[in-house]
Amino acid sequence: MSLLSILPFVVIAVITLAGALAAATLPNLMHAALSLVLSFLGVAAFFILLGAEFVGLVQVIVYVGAVAVLIVFTILLTRPAVGPGKGRNWSGVLVAMAVLAGLLWALARTTLPAGQPIAIAPLTVLRIGQTLMTEYIWPLQAVGVVLTAALVGAVVLAMEEKR
Amino acid sequence: MAPLAGVIAVSCVLFSLGLLAVVTRRDAIFILIGIEMMLAAGNLNLVAFWRYGPHPEQITGAMMAIFAMAIAAGETAIGLALVISVYRHRRTTQVEELNTLKG
Repeated sequence: MSLLSILPFVVIAVITLAGALAAATLPNLMHAALSLVLSFLGVAAFFILLGAEFVGLVQVIVYVGAVAVLIVFTILLTRPAVGPGKGRNWSGVLVAMAVLAGLLWALARTTLPAGQPIAIAPLTVLRIGQTLMTEYIWPLQAVGVVLTAALVGAVVLAMEEKR
Repeated sequence: MAPLAGVIAVSCVLFSLGLLAVVTRRDAIFILIGIEMMLAAGNLNLVAFWRYGPHPEQITGAMMAIFAMAIAAGETAIGLALVISVYRHRRTTQVEELNTLKG
């Protein structure tokens, strides 16, 4: 594989992982939330690179558009203490490193299909919509119920109690 | 086009960074951020294995990723509402101070 064809992958991977690392380690909550947005944009670029353009756009709309704004609003509403914490939880760092080592070990021992993927027709919104409305109609309805319940639950939980 | 092993490796690292945020941070909002990162890593796996699998003409992986995103959005809304509710009662979002049930 030539260097030029792998360059977009490397750039996107670096952006995604740098954003994720910043989100996991920066002490300031707001900085971490904005780094999370960078990481989500990287994941969306991965989806587009893999040929799932619609999934990438949904990632941008749902995560960058809605979830990030929700997190920022919550940070502003709760104003958490910015003061120095009790330092790093080093046993947690060890646990995360152990999980990473285990995952990469499993990946190194697995033989994955190498080379280029099978060529397919572009994944259009029309096709996704038709599949959602025929094959996936019951999962779609169930997700609708779940989202309604989540919406009502979030409003009830966050509502000011009138005494 | 990216090689499959590379995408899976990125997904592994992203998952571990999310786990790092969940287990080392003391603020509930940070823990939710970590969970979001782990969910994004899972979605990345779904789409990568769909595209490189033997039957990419069936769009199962992309569909699964879309549904997982919808569930994750609902989970985030509930989680942040819980954080706001806890803050209103206890004036803190530090999970280590929420130890009323501790024996």
